[in-house]
Amino acid sequence: MRHPSILLGLIVMVAVGCASAGAKPASSTTAPQSTATTPSTQDTTAGIGPQYVSTYQRHPNPPVLIRNATILTATGQEIQGGSILLRDGKIVAVGATVETPSDATVVDATGKWVTPGVIDTHSHLGVYAAPGTFAESDGNEATRPVTAEVWAEHSFWPQDPQIPLAIAGGVTTIQALPGSANLIGGRSAVLKLIPGRSVQEMKFPGAHYGLKMACGENPKRVYGQRGGPSTRMGNMAGYREAFIGAQSYRRRWDKWNKDHQGDPPDRNLRNETLAEVLRGNIYVQNHCYRADEMLQMLDLAREFGFKIRSFHHAVEAYKIADVLAREGVASSVWADWWGFKEEAMDGIYENAALLQQAGARAVIHSDDAGGIQRLNQEAAKAMYHGRRAGIPVTRDQALRWFTANPAWALGLDSIVGTLEPGKMADVVVWSADPLSVYAQAVQVYNDGWLVYDRTDPTHQPKTDFMLGHP
Amino acid sequence: MIAFLLAQTIAITGGTVYPVSGPKIENATVLIRDGRIAAVGANVAVPAGATRIDAAGKWITPGLIDGAGQMGLREISAVQGTNESQLRGNEIAAAFNVLEGINPASILIPVNRIEGVTTTLAVPNGSLILGQAALIDLDGATIEAMRVKSPVAMVADLSEGSKDAGGGSRAGVAQRLRRAFDDALEYSRRGPSYQRAQNEALAASAADLQALLPVLRGQLPLIAIANRRSDIETALRIAREYKLRLILAGAAEAWMIPGQITAAGVPVLVEPLQNLPSYDALGIRYENAPLLAKGGVKLALMETTTENTRNLRQQAGNAVANGMTWDQALRAVTLTPAEIFGVADRYGSLEAGKVANVVVWSGDPFEFSTGVEHVYIRGREIPLRSRQTELLERYKTLPPKY
Repeated sequence: MRHPSILLGLIVMVAVGCASAGAKPASSTTAPQSTATTPSTQDTTAGIGPQYVSTYQRHPNPPVLIRNATILTATGQEIQGGSILLRDGKIVAVGATVETPSDATVVDATGKWVTPGVIDTHSHLGVYAAPGTFAESDGNEATRPVTAEVWAEHSFWPQDPQIPLAIAGGVTTIQALPGSANLIGGRSAVLKLIPGRSVQEMKFPGAHYGLKMACGENPKRVYGQRGGPSTRMGNMAGYREAFIGAQSYRRRWDKWNKDHQGDPPDRNLRNETLAEVLRGNIYVQNHCYRADEMLQMLDLAREFGFKIRSFHHAVEAYKIADVLAREGVASSVWADWWGFKEEAMDGIYENAALLQQAGARAVIHSDDAGGIQRLNQEAAKAMYHGRRAGIPVTRDQALRWFTANPAWALGLDSIVGTLEPGKMADVVVWSADPLSVYAQAVQVYNDGWLVYDRTDPTHQPKTDFMLGHP
Repeated sequence: MIAFLLAQTIAITGGTVYPVSGPKIENATVLIRDGRIAAVGANVAVPAGATRIDAAGKWITPGLIDGAGQMGLREISAVQGTNESQLRGNEIAAAFNVLEGINPASILIPVNRIEGVTTTLAVPNGSLILGQAALIDLDGATIEAMRVKSPVAMVADLSEGSKDAGGGSRAGVAQRLRRAFDDALEYSRRGPSYQRAQNEALAASAADLQALLPVLRGQLPLIAIANRRSDIETALRIAREYKLRLILAGAAEAWMIPGQITAAGVPVLVEPLQNLPSYDALGIRYENAPLLAKGGVKLALMETTTENTRNLRQQAGNAVANGMTWDQALRAVTLTPAEIFGVADRYGSLEAGKVANVVVWSGDPFEFSTGVEHVYIRGREIPLRSRQTELLERYKTLPPKY
């Protein structure tokens, strides 16, 4: 996270952000290649079995038919005066004409626009909750530089009053990450953004855990006077040491899992997570601003045989868009954040557009409880500035920057991120073209559940925290 | 000589002009001569030899004015060596004027002016009494060349951020502020005794107390940062007691009391995209600016993130989405801040005689689809270049040519 505005004394939580990047040839007009995602992946560690299992359950709802809308499917299709039918948490039909089932609630969306639910690969909601005091500061286990053993879900506060604000911005899925104080900050939590009493009620069934890693200035700053690392070479040594430890741990467990000879090896939480990264079950989500450091991290990934799924805060990704496209790593970027620290000085508006042009996978992310409420606006800034620089970007491609592409970065692209029959019914109805500054989310459906309705106070969730306040 | 003068004459023709001081004019001309606006209207004769800018289909507005941030005072917030906005160790830094800390060569300036912001308030940081703010144009090789007005106002902080300076209590903050004001008056009456150490130590240095006198005499406004409703009311109360010219800033919960604010004749600076609750303002919400506008409060909009001052237009667009009228929002980023900062005789609207800070947009200035086509600051056409556009050019095709 950047330094917030200081001038006016508005108290804004300062967290340490993170970043990841990545790219893969992104097809612009066809459905994304689906990623094999098995619902058992997330709760299972090889040899250990399910732990901290998602208790997510779909909220029962009548079928909903939204009609007369401009529908942007994020698959290259734009349907004027179209309809979309949601039933039992799934998209059943999308098209110019969809038959109205007799039991369906009909929503007349004349003049309105419909898109997939917004997905943020980089959020600290719940782990850096409002009101932003020390009591809610649960995002950085900044006690040592490698804390692969911590899980963001064990910090996540479902009553964070920032959550309903993000829902009102059309967000349906987030990756809640540990902060970037550490070289390896811990496991992320991929969540359905819905009201719930526990994080497990929100945890996205089938999503891959992410591993938060951080390059550059933050770990150096935090540990420079506390035993290190104090340099970028120290950062690299820290990652390598951690993964070397995990390699032998993985070998011992893989062997035992195979032959079950004798007692199982001792468990080690830190290595358990890192071994899952080496097995490809946990996705690396890597905070990394500078191009040269991203290239270092790709070398690191090669050394240990894992993939980086996405670089985050990748403000210099455009400098290596060709490499990122070739490597198939996504780049989670801001539209215009820059300048708040030295490694952020080279951020340009055209970053996402240049990635798109190179065939790399661009994602617009927030890292911010304010920005997450308007990822559509951030994508609009990035798209229109790209176009003005002569880089062709379609509205569908820009839409994919905050829907289908982040779905891929989280390994969920076969489940969410586009409006196609069979996909989960995560749908936003907007008052206007979502790439207009004047557009607002009017209705937000999460797995078919109307979690937000701008015109109906009974569908505007309020956290416990906000009760009794003005 | 004639040729020289003509070279200074620019006619922007055929566009839709939003003078702000009056209704929009279709197919109008803005004539700029020698850094000033010479004429605005549908029937303006273009002098022979003037540089003509065809603005058919374009929208023309005054340059945007952001009453916030540390433009020129802070290059990289994380690098202390590039920060000039705060006088550390002095919580009553009334004599601290930021102007000489401004770096005209800051790379933030081109990045932001090419997006339509032409004038910003350089505001000190700190707590309790932060110092004096100065208004600058975002063009000029020297501080003198950039300066619009200095000081514009004294800045004080009555929010949670000042509590340490008040001994840990909001009441302590108010009391310490009053003591500084009282001692400034005392000093003005008994300066010689103070110099001879014949009265007890006062609340601040002689220089700081002296710097408060224009505020107490109603010559210099006091910008008070306050967000919680009760803090805003404290600011109003203190302003009544000392007959101050108050400007509220932040003002997150001001939407609760627009009547009190208008009755006091106090203008407000608001950042529309602030809605994250903290204990300083649990009632913070997007509807703040729209509700204040509806309540008749004199209102300017801000973008407080210095390096992204350019997002002032996104702030304004969102204020419109949340209920402000478009005309109110445009005024709140042009003429109203000029009025609040006491420069409306020269800035904030497109009228003959005003400083030629003019922006030609491809469309609605608040929309993302709109690009900036021309920016004029004091009549000089600003090249649409910045370090960021140079990075784009270098890396537009890979590999780069170093």
